[in-house]
Amino acid sequence: MNRREAITAVAWLMGGTLISAEMLVSCTTKSKDVSDLFKPEQISFLNEVGDTILPTTNTPGAKAANVGEFMAVMVRDCYTPEDQKIFLEGFDKLNKASDEKFDKEFMQLNPKQRTDLLTALDAEQKEHQRTKGPEDPNHYFRMMKELTLLGYFSSEVGATQALRYDPVPGRYDGCMPYKKGDRAWAT
Amino acid sequence: MAENVYDAIVVGSGISGGWAAKELTQKGLKTIMLERGRNIEHVKDYTNANKHPWEFPHAGGRTQEMIKNYPVLRRDYVLNERNLDYWVNEKESPYVEVKRFDWYRGYHVGGRSLMWGRQSYRLSDLDFEANAKDGIAVDWPIRYDEMAPWYSYVEKFAGISGSKENIPHLPDGEFMPPMELNCVEKDVAARIKQHYNNNRHMIIGRAANLTQPHHDRSNCQYRNKCWLGCPFGAYFSTQSATLPAAMATGNLTLRPFSIVTKVIYDKDTKKAKGVEVLDAETNQTYEYFAKVIFLNASALNTTWVLMNSATDVWPEGLGSSSGELGHNLMDHHFKVGASGMVEGYEDKYYYGRRPNGIYIPRYRNIGEDKRDYIRGFGYQGSAGREGWSREIAEMNIGGEFKDALTEPGSWTMGINGFGETLPYHENKVTLDKNKKDKWGLPVLAIDAEIKENERKMRKDMMNDAKEMLEIAGVKNVNTYDADYGLGQGIHEMGTARMGRDPKTSVLNAHNQVWDATNVYVTDGAAMTSAGCQNPSLTYMALTARAVDHAVNEMKRQNI
Repeated sequence: MNRREAITAVAWLMGGTLISAEMLVSCTTKSKDVSDLFKPEQISFLNEVGDTILPTTNTPGAKAANVGEFMAVMVRDCYTPEDQKIFLEGFDKLNKASDEKFDKEFMQLNPKQRTDLLTALDAEQKEHQRTKGPEDPNHYFRMMKELTLLGYFSSEVGATQALRYDPVPGRYDGCMPYKKGDRAWAT
Repeated sequence: MAENVYDAIVVGSGISGGWAAKELTQKGLKTIMLERGRNIEHVKDYTNANKHPWEFPHAGGRTQEMIKNYPVLRRDYVLNERNLDYWVNEKESPYVEVKRFDWYRGYHVGGRSLMWGRQSYRLSDLDFEANAKDGIAVDWPIRYDEMAPWYSYVEKFAGISGSKENIPHLPDGEFMPPMELNCVEKDVAARIKQHYNNNRHMIIGRAANLTQPHHDRSNCQYRNKCWLGCPFGAYFSTQSATLPAAMATGNLTLRPFSIVTKVIYDKDTKKAKGVEVLDAETNQTYEYFAKVIFLNASALNTTWVLMNSATDVWPEGLGSSSGELGHNLMDHHFKVGASGMVEGYEDKYYYGRRPNGIYIPRYRNIGEDKRDYIRGFGYQGSAGREGWSREIAEMNIGGEFKDALTEPGSWTMGINGFGETLPYHENKVTLDKNKKDKWGLPVLAIDAEIKENERKMRKDMMNDAKEMLEIAGVKNVNTYDADYGLGQGIHEMGTARMGRDPKTSVLNAHNQVWDATNVYVTDGAAMTSAGCQNPSLTYMALTARAVDHAVNEMKRQNI
C-alpha cells in the first residue's frame, strides 16, 4: 500500500464524508449495550457529571462526547468487582452530598450549583488520595473524573476539537514554534 | 521433487526466520518456512492499524477478561486491546515458572517482527571479547571484523535510520538519514557531551524505521502505531521486507499452523534429515525433509525443538552433548531510570509522532572507568510536553481546567536503562513433561534470575540517570526502580550458545549445531553474551552469514 492508498483507507475508516457522525454514534451505542450494569438515567447522570467536569467552552463539553456511556463501558469491562461497587455506590453518595449542600439531587441543580458541588467533591477525593493507604481503593469521584478525562480526550470530539489530531502526520518536526493557546496534539 | 522434500527448512517466521528464508531462496534453494501460528497478511490483516483512538471501546486499555486470560502479558504494557491478537494465547501455550520469568510471545507469521521495538545497534569487540577478558562463560567464536560486512548487508536491506557518531564500541552502520532530536533533547545532548568531555553521548535512536522510501516500502509517516502493523511497510518486519523478497524468488513455500515438534536425526550420517510437524489445526503429523535446517523459532522455542529431538542418542536432546543446551538464559534488565521537568521551551513544540527516542550508549567499564560490577548499560528515553493527563495543582474541574488541559503542559525528559545480563549456567530452561500444552506437547520450565552483578549495575543505572539529567538542567528529577521481571525486556538470549569448543557450547562459529552440522540456529538462542544493545540486528547479521556458509558448505558437499 502506498501513502495515498493508505490515507484513503484511513479516511474511509474514519467515516470521512461517507458516514455521518450521527450514524457513528448510533452504531456505537448499539455495540456497547451496558444495560446489565447501568440504567439509561445513570448514563445521563454520568454525562451531566462529565459535562460539569469538562463543560462546553469554545469547544464542546464532555456530554457531546457521550462520556457517560464511555464510563459505563469502562466500569463494566475494566473495573474489578470491588471498584465497580465503589463506583456504583457513588451515585447515591453524590446525590447525598448534593442533598446536604443544596437540599436537591444532583440532576435538579443548576450549572453553578453543580460546579460548586463537584469542586467540593474533587477537593474531598484529593484529600482521600493523600491520606489513603496504597492498597485502599480510590474515591468514587476520582474514578468519575479520571474516566471523564480519558473518555473525553480520547473521543472524536475531544481529540479533534479540544485537541489537535493528525492521523497521518507524514513527517516529524522536533522544534515547531508554539504560542499560548495552540492546542495540544491528541494521542 | 517429491512431496515434502525441499532443499531447506526454516522453522519460525520472525526476524531471523524471515531472513533465513530470504537468503536461502535468493540463493536458489527450494525452501519451506514452517510457522506454528496463523498467517497475518501484510496490510490486509493489520486490522487495527488504521483505527482512530475513539474506535477502541476501552481507549486502548485492558479489560478484566484480558487480565484473567493473560496472567503473564498483564505484567507489562504489552497487554492492551489494540494489538491483543498479536500475542500468544496463554491458555493454549502455558509454561512453568520455577522462578518468575515474563515470556511475551507472538505465535503467527512474522512473529515478534510485527511488535518489536525496532532499535537496531551493532555489537562491537567490547562485546565479542567480553567473556574472554572477564574469564566467564565461554568466548564468542567470532569477532567484529567478521560480523561488520554482514551488519552492513542486513542494514542496507532492512533500512536502519540513524546518525554516524564514530563511537568505537557502538559502530556506525549503513544508515538512512537519522530521525530528528527535538529541541529539548538537542540541548540535553549538548550539555551531556560538554560535561563529560565527549565521553558520554546522547544520540537519536537507530531504528528499523525508514526515513526514505526503500524498495517497495514507504518512509515513516510518524503515526507511532508500529505495533499494530504498518500499512506503509515503513518499519522492518517479515511481512514488509523479507517475506515478499523470499516469495518473489518463487522458491518459498510458507506453511502456517505448523508446530515443529522435532528435528529428525539420522544416526548413520550424523545429520538431520528433516523435521516432524504437528498441524496445529488438524493435529495431523507430517514429515518434511531437506538438506539443511534453520531453527529460528525464537530463543526458547528453538531450544525446545532441540530438546525434543534425537533423544534416543542424547536423552537431553540434539545439541545437548556439551551439557549447555538450555543453559545461560539471558535478557536485558531495565525499568530503572529517572525523569524530571524541563523549564522553559514554552514556545517550542513538535509535529508528528516519532516512533523512536534517544539513545545513550554504554560508557561504564570502558577505558579507565572501573565499577564494582562488570559490563554496562545504555539508556533509551525521550523529551516531550505533558498532555491532558497531567495534574494541575490549583485547578479542580470546570471550563478553565478543561481549556488548560487542551494546551500542552511543561516539557519533561526521562531515560530508562537497559543493562547487560550475564550468562549464568544455572539460569536455564528444561522440559517439563508433566505439563502439556493444548496439543499434548511438553512445555518449558524456566528457572532463571538476575544476580549480584545486575543488582549492582542497577544502582548505577538509577543514580547515573539522575546525575546526567540534573547536569543537563532537568529539574525535580525522580528516580525509579520498577518491578522488573526477567524476560520483560523481550530479549530472550542464550540456551544454545555459540562457542569454540563442542564440549562447552551448542553451536560453532557458523551457528551450526556441533552434533548435527546441517542444523543452524541463528536466533537469540545462539547468543554467547548479551551486550546491552538491542539484539535483533545481530540475529539478522548472524542469519545472513550462516546462510552464506550453509550454501557454500552444500556446494562443497560438506553438508
